[in-house]
Amino acid sequence: MARITVTVNGKSHTSDVEDRTLLVHYLREQLNLTGTHIGCDTSQCGACVVVVDGNSVKSCTTLAARCDHASVTTIEGLAQDGNLHPLQEGFWECHGLQCGFCTPGMIMSAYDLLQQNPNPSDDEVRHGLEGNLCRCTGYHNIVRAVQYAAAKMRGEEVSAPNV
Amino acid sequence: MTSETTTPMIGRAIKRREDPKLITGQGNFLDDVKLNGMTHAAVLRSPYAHARILSIDTQKAAALPGVVAVFVGKDLLDVNPLPCAWPAGGFKNNMNTPRAMAVDVVRFVGEAVAVVIAEDRFIARDALDLIDVDYEPLAVVVDPEKATQPGAPQLHENAPNNVVVEWSAGNREGTNRAVASAEVVVKERIINQRLMATPMETRGSIARYESSTNEFTLWTSSQAPHVMRLLLTAFVFGIPETKLRVIAPNVGGGFGQKIFVYPDMVFCMWISRKLGRPVKFVEDRSENFKSSTHGRDHVTDVELSGTRDGKITGLRVKTYAGLGAYLSTIAPGVATTLYGRIVTGVYKIPNVSIDVIATYTNTAMVDAYRGAGRPEASYLIERIVDRFAAELGMDPAEVRRRNFIPPTEFPYDNGLGLLPYDSGNYAPALDKALANVGYADLRKEQATLRAQGRYLGIGISSYVEICGVAPTAWANGQGWGAGLWESANVRIHLTGQVVVTTGSLPHGQGVETTFAQIVADELGVPYDSVLIEHSDTAGTPFGYGTYGSRSLAVGGTAMVKSARKIKEKAKRLAAHLLEANPEDMIFADGKISVKGSPDKSKTFGEIALYASVGASMPEGEEPFLDETTYYDPPNCTFPFGTHISVVEVFPDTGAVEVKRYVAVDDVGNIINPRIVHGQLHGGIAQGMAQALYENAVYDDNGQLLTGTLMDYAIPNASMLPDFEISHTVTPSPVNPLGVKGAGEAGTIGSAQCIMNAVIDALSPFGVRHMQMPATPEKIWHATRG
Amino acid sequence: MIPAAFQYVKANSVAEALVLLQQHGEDAKLVAGGHSLIPAMKLRLSQPSVLIDIAGMADLKGIAVNGAELTIGAGETYHAIATSATVKNACGVVAACVGQIGDIQVRNCGTIGGALAHSDPAADLTAVFLALGGKVTAQSANGSRQIAADDLFVSMLTTALDSGEILAKVTVPVLQKGQGAAYAKLKHPASRYAIVGVAAMVTISNGVVTAARVAVTGAGPQAVRQASCEKTLVGSNGDAAAVKAAAAKAGDDMDYLGDIHASEEYRRAMVQVYAARALNEALAQARA
Ligand code: FES
Ligand code: FES
Repeated sequence: MARITVTVNGKSHTSDVEDRTLLVHYLREQLNLTGTHIGCDTSQCGACVVVVDGNSVKSCTTLAARCDHASVTTIEGLAQDGNLHPLQEGFWECHGLQCGFCTPGMIMSAYDLLQQNPNPSDDEVRHGLEGNLCRCTGYHNIVRAVQYAAAKMRGEEVSAPNV
Repeated sequence: MTSETTTPMIGRAIKRREDPKLITGQGNFLDDVKLNGMTHAAVLRSPYAHARILSIDTQKAAALPGVVAVFVGKDLLDVNPLPCAWPAGGFKNNMNTPRAMAVDVVRFVGEAVAVVIAEDRFIARDALDLIDVDYEPLAVVVDPEKATQPGAPQLHENAPNNVVVEWSAGNREGTNRAVASAEVVVKERIINQRLMATPMETRGSIARYESSTNEFTLWTSSQAPHVMRLLLTAFVFGIPETKLRVIAPNVGGGFGQKIFVYPDMVFCMWISRKLGRPVKFVEDRSENFKSSTHGRDHVTDVELSGTRDGKITGLRVKTYAGLGAYLSTIAPGVATTLYGRIVTGVYKIPNVSIDVIATYTNTAMVDAYRGAGRPEASYLIERIVDRFAAELGMDPAEVRRRNFIPPTEFPYDNGLGLLPYDSGNYAPALDKALANVGYADLRKEQATLRAQGRYLGIGISSYVEICGVAPTAWANGQGWGAGLWESANVRIHLTGQVVVTTGSLPHGQGVETTFAQIVADELGVPYDSVLIEHSDTAGTPFGYGTYGSRSLAVGGTAMVKSARKIKEKAKRLAAHLLEANPEDMIFADGKISVKGSPDKSKTFGEIALYASVGASMPEGEEPFLDETTYYDPPNCTFPFGTHISVVEVFPDTGAVEVKRYVAVDDVGNIINPRIVHGQLHGGIAQGMAQALYENAVYDDNGQLLTGTLMDYAIPNASMLPDFEISHTVTPSPVNPLGVKGAGEAGTIGSAQCIMNAVIDALSPFGVRHMQMPATPEKIWHATRG
Repeated sequence: MIPAAFQYVKANSVAEALVLLQQHGEDAKLVAGGHSLIPAMKLRLSQPSVLIDIAGMADLKGIAVNGAELTIGAGETYHAIATSATVKNACGVVAACVGQIGDIQVRNCGTIGGALAHSDPAADLTAVFLALGGKVTAQSANGSRQIAADDLFVSMLTTALDSGEILAKVTVPVLQKGQGAAYAKLKHPASRYAIVGVAAMVTISNGVVTAARVAVTGAGPQAVRQASCEKTLVGSNGDAAAVKAAAAKAGDDMDYLGDIHASEEYRRAMVQVYAARALNEALAQARA
């Protein structure tokens, strides 16, 4: 057992976790933050991506014990004061999701991508999301959604592309 | 309710009402559901593809602290094996379906052998390592054709040569004559490889049993909760249907895999009753790959005959369809009716004959996967037609045009025992696709590049498919064991809010949004005042669920019909209040008025209030506006289109680059273009993935070599192109919405589109066919002759 | 999805980690980024009883140029290395190589030390490190020693590191005028690992190739140098014909793996194709 103190979405939690607990299990089972999903057992799908101390990580491949004193942001913590994050807005406006299972991880990866590269080309968006799998959308609209958010975060006027 | 004119919602690309919860992490998927006192199940699965179980020792596992109980197959002999609801109609089917757990013999790697129930999932998993099973390995067969050959290992006593069913359709003599006497015959062995559906959410079940009432509740990631209830109660448990409530929470993608009954539903229910505690089971990805259903797995020999000037005269097909170790819920029907009856595609082919030999192999069960039979059919016909064009040295677009079913011949009977194609006009879709891609210029560019040693390929695919399944009587003739109508109830509450309940349910298709658009327009009420409820057998009318691109064409039509009944009643009530004749009432813009005197009117809201209070109803009328429809479609719908792709292959490595993907799809009328485009994108992506990346591989011992996402390549964003989507619109005459369905069209049109392009690119190397997936290695080999 | 139980210990320094290693012996494993180890543990292919966490330790950090050498702390992440101006200027191939490993999340966690200490047959960095002729510094209770790249990779998943040693530092040469190095890779579509990866480093002087090191990963059980290829190139002028001749020798000096993803025959052929690509790019840099 390890005792950890973790700040999740701005709130501090002190918890006892079994040493083998993965961050994703901790978030989902102990904190009831079930927006972070599990889609595989080999670190391929990215459904579990969260941001730890500013960087996106696969929470299925991160030990909870390692996150002692870390600050974690999950999909539940992205909207501020009831306002959707531009990425959330982009996914909604551009139909960047269908079943929505991949979406939290996809958005958290895109969050990291845009902090590393605020003005990506479509190709850079596609490569930046290589660690996230979506079986529904074919990615076409996910690229649009991320570009929508990127433009909005750069302060530009944006609207969803026509279909 | 407001009575101001509402802008029509049908045809508008509004954003989805499903999304706010999903983009904020508030979705409620199966693994998010937690119940008081819930226990956790872990499944011990067979490491052998075929073996006798000699003994199972569960003592050490049961003794592990935190383990509640361990069960094996023998414990569950008081419930029946899972049902198969769709044997191939009119033929003898040798039926074998799985039990919740294997009893004496395991027949594929991943088959459940024991279940551990523990206080948490960590302990349950640990206990699996403490179970000892003694197996006696048996001989294994994994190939659907080899399974039928003399000396092949036999899976089931009642299925000699591992044959499930030998099925045929068409005109054998005529076809034999046509092929024998033809000017040109092309033949090919065409394999439609085994695929894994890979919804990003895996499957699972949570069962709770209430001993005071003997009632079960089952939460399961399902595309068809009412059907699950029916099959589990009436067929597996032999209990009244009313003793089970099935709830599908948010479903994280299905693609067919979540239509079926699975062993975990059964053992979770059985164990929850046994222990008096809720039981939860959620698959790992590797379990999903090993033990949930796969798709396709066809080995086909096909011959197409024709004239030198490009007229097709005959088509002869023989297919071995692997269905896995047991029959999944609708497997035989998919491999026969949904495949064999549409192998002629968009072409008028005077003589056609098909044999399907469905077989058992030591592999995971095969059942519907996005498109279900139609992708296999359209891949087959579109490949062999391209092969025919190449043989003649004729442009593949021209060969297609010469053989299209003419628009004047609809409704069209293709001679294979299918319902008549409802409507179609194939040439305009082809022409539009050719124009959008710039076909003539591309062919010139291709010639120029070839001269420089670069290999561009252009692939065409003209497809038709079967949606909006299906008229029940016809389906019954095909062996389908129940109905295929769909239900919808529409109620107008006192406040004017509209509550719609339906047996359809979404798992990514956005039908909450689409349905609300339809009902809002039909009733002339604001879109936001329409609530769509679904996915729970409590509170929704019986329905057959969402698959076969049927939710809009069948479920949506049920909704329209219920709304129309509501309007009729509203007119009668308004006529009563306005002392007018019901026949003289007009329902428009949210108002019911008397023809010729528009000032004499009631708003729909006023009528709703009046009807729901019900204080002074006219003679013979009940209070409330509440109408239900069970809509059985008179025919299926037949969406069609042409897709064209442009690829470049690089002979030094065999790599392929998809440079363009142009799709012209005719899905009939479109309710929400944004959603339809999304469906097409995702569908095309899956077909393209079959063409280029995906292949579920078993070795000769029946071990699944592609058992994780490290080995099984579903594409990521960098592996797919942008899609250029447009439409022609040929409304379906089958339903009042004129819609056809769009959920599977992309997949059905795309695999051969890419393969035809790859093979076109490789034609200078003498390549005439290549099996999917067109991996760099295969292409590299092909370029060296 | 659930690893077997183990004890987790966080080490705050190399010294502490060494004590822990001694204390727990063979059953302990070091974990840094964890992207090789943790998935293997989730599938229970690996079941260490103690996990010593060495991620984020200050004494495994640091990127610095000392004269002709670039030294990178074993605990530096791929992301930190890929975006480091120091690395890009001193030995760009290292930044370029780690910048295409896995995905963003792998790069945020994975470390250079972890990549080299694991000797995964399909890792990217192993080939680059071999081609550059780098060296690692291994620390143990008895002090530290250096292991040359040529001696590091013993066989599949096995290096010359002892079980009581920690890989602390990675040193590669600072590329000089007249030198160039490049890495070219054929990616597995699902795992993102190299089906074939070839790294090359060349030195040109007065229009003649005076030195060349070429290494292959992905195609065989571990990363290996390609002596015949190197020999063929050295002494040539590095023109198209010379590259062709050298690339044709690439892959001569190794064993191959074949599986459902790529046959031996295809891997062998691709070694030559990617060797040519890596050599061409390295030579172009050397001439620039
Ligand atoms: S769950 Fe798939 S990468 Fe984490
Ligand atoms: S929206 Fe379903 S997996 Fe991405």
